[in-house]
Amino acid sequence: MQNNINTDYVISGRYKFRIQDPRELAKHIFEDIDADFARKIKKGDFLVSGENFGCGSSREQAPLALKASGLRAVLAKSFARIFYRNALNVGLYLLECNTNYIDDGDELALDLERNTIKVLSKGLNIPFKPIPPLGKKILSEGGVIEYYKKYRRLGIEV
Amino acid sequence: MRKTIAEKILGAHAQKEVRSGDIAICDIDFCLGQDGTSSIIIDSFKKLQTENVFEKSKFCMFIDHSAPSPNTGVSAIHTKMRNFAKEKDLRIFDVGCGICHQLMVEDTFITCGDLVIGADSHTCTYGALNIFSTGVGSTDLAVALASGKNWFKVPETIKVVISGKLPLGVYSKDVALFLVKSITSQGANYKALEFHGDTAKRLSVEARLTIANMAVEMGAKCGIFEADKKVFDWFKKRTKKRVNPVFADEQAVYEDVKEFDMSTLTPQVAKPHAVDNVVSVEDVLGTRIDEALIGTCTNGRLEDLQVAARILKGKKVDSKVKLIICPASREVFLEAAKKGIIEIFIESGAVIPAPGCGPCVGTHNGVPADGENVISTANRNFKGRMGNPNANIFLASPATVAASAIAGKITDPRIFSKRLTA
Repeated sequence: MQNNINTDYVISGRYKFRIQDPRELAKHIFEDIDADFARKIKKGDFLVSGENFGCGSSREQAPLALKASGLRAVLAKSFARIFYRNALNVGLYLLECNTNYIDDGDELALDLERNTIKVLSKGLNIPFKPIPPLGKKILSEGGVIEYYKKYRRLGIEV
Repeated sequence: MRKTIAEKILGAHAQKEVRSGDIAICDIDFCLGQDGTSSIIIDSFKKLQTENVFEKSKFCMFIDHSAPSPNTGVSAIHTKMRNFAKEKDLRIFDVGCGICHQLMVEDTFITCGDLVIGADSHTCTYGALNIFSTGVGSTDLAVALASGKNWFKVPETIKVVISGKLPLGVYSKDVALFLVKSITSQGANYKALEFHGDTAKRLSVEARLTIANMAVEMGAKCGIFEADKKVFDWFKKRTKKRVNPVFADEQAVYEDVKEFDMSTLTPQVAKPHAVDNVVSVEDVLGTRIDEALIGTCTNGRLEDLQVAARILKGKKVDSKVKLIICPASREVFLEAAKKGIIEIFIESGAVIPAPGCGPCVGTHNGVPADGENVISTANRNFKGRMGNPNANIFLASPATVAASAIAGKITDPRIFSKRLTA
């Protein structure tokens, strides 16, 4: 389980300037550390990582490409700050939890009501840190653009 | 009372008392985008279905990351930015003006106590001028552009006290690398850093910019210095804006206080492929170097070029090394030219691209070959950062990079101590 996966690794700077379509970007995610990574992802998959996922550059192409790749959510022990905001804004679910007990190939299910990840293959329930109320609202609208179009403001009481 | 600088600035912009942990909706004083992030800013802004930006004078775009354009894809992004600027009557700094973070502090659109967001992670640089500035993504920026506001979680603050006089040949970049090593690349995640101590006070504003610039390499939301006469003088020279310094309260509540003695610090080097993989220069002496870079938003200012020039004067860069020196702005370039520094660089065999981010982001101006070692004054050495995942990037001060370029291997700049005493 790797720590400190930075946004340069998620999507290299050489692509973010060349390609603007997130689905095209999705074909190149993690290319510099695993050339075959993009081909291995199936729709609804979970990406599981260690501490400080998404550190480094503020490029929004990183969460956009991950979302476009069909990932259901990213699970990590912690997330870097700018990446966390960007993911919320584009409607990509990030779940902060103890990922030590999740192995490659485990079958996972997300329970947003109870703030838990079910590891079906092991019969485990792993709690994740509840998403703040404003974040939940933004995610449920599919991102901050849809949220803002609906409410025309950023208040947390809406 | 008993507040940190971050709590005070965010509170002032939310028009209410805030404490670390609170969510605050704040008014934004200034926001910016660059050519790597503005395309999505423009798309997101249009999707928000708002006709005009909240305040034309509070937003600026910069073409610096890949400028002049190396290919048609980038050219199209640059054109899109120019068209948006024209359509909305916005200010844009085009090819050759320099790096956004340098232009932001040279042109001083901003002042002490301001709240600034930029669609670039190194927006934290202006913390050196007592400003709460932080990097955000493009859509975050677009929301601020439409509404004039954004939301912030008020961060806990780590107080960093640096004391002692820096030894000869040791610079603020070495302090920055040492702090990243000590605090680690995630040690300040979501948090604010406040820099205190007599070392901080002794440093010039330019040197402080280098340290604040690397706050994000520790995960921090911002890295703020207290304002002093040097900061007031900086603004006095450049703006008529009223300066409102913000100081931490005597009894401010910090999450942690970290104290470091800088009087025995040595030149520091970050080894591939992590910014916190830092050692003293002695541990990597003799490592072969193929490319050297002096510049970027970390170390492309006049003081940095002056130090490099002292070492390079009358010397030749090793025949196997490509030394690239990229001034941070047109003003820096011009000043360096007037002082004869550019002449020294050209005579030494260095290459000088247009002011801007240069090869730091890996799109142009010096993409390394497979297996090559690069020593750079930049702030990131991630695998692939400079455009090739099979190259190795070492980070160091302008002095260490200049000394290493001459020798063709990593070299301790203190061997040039006679030149550095001037």
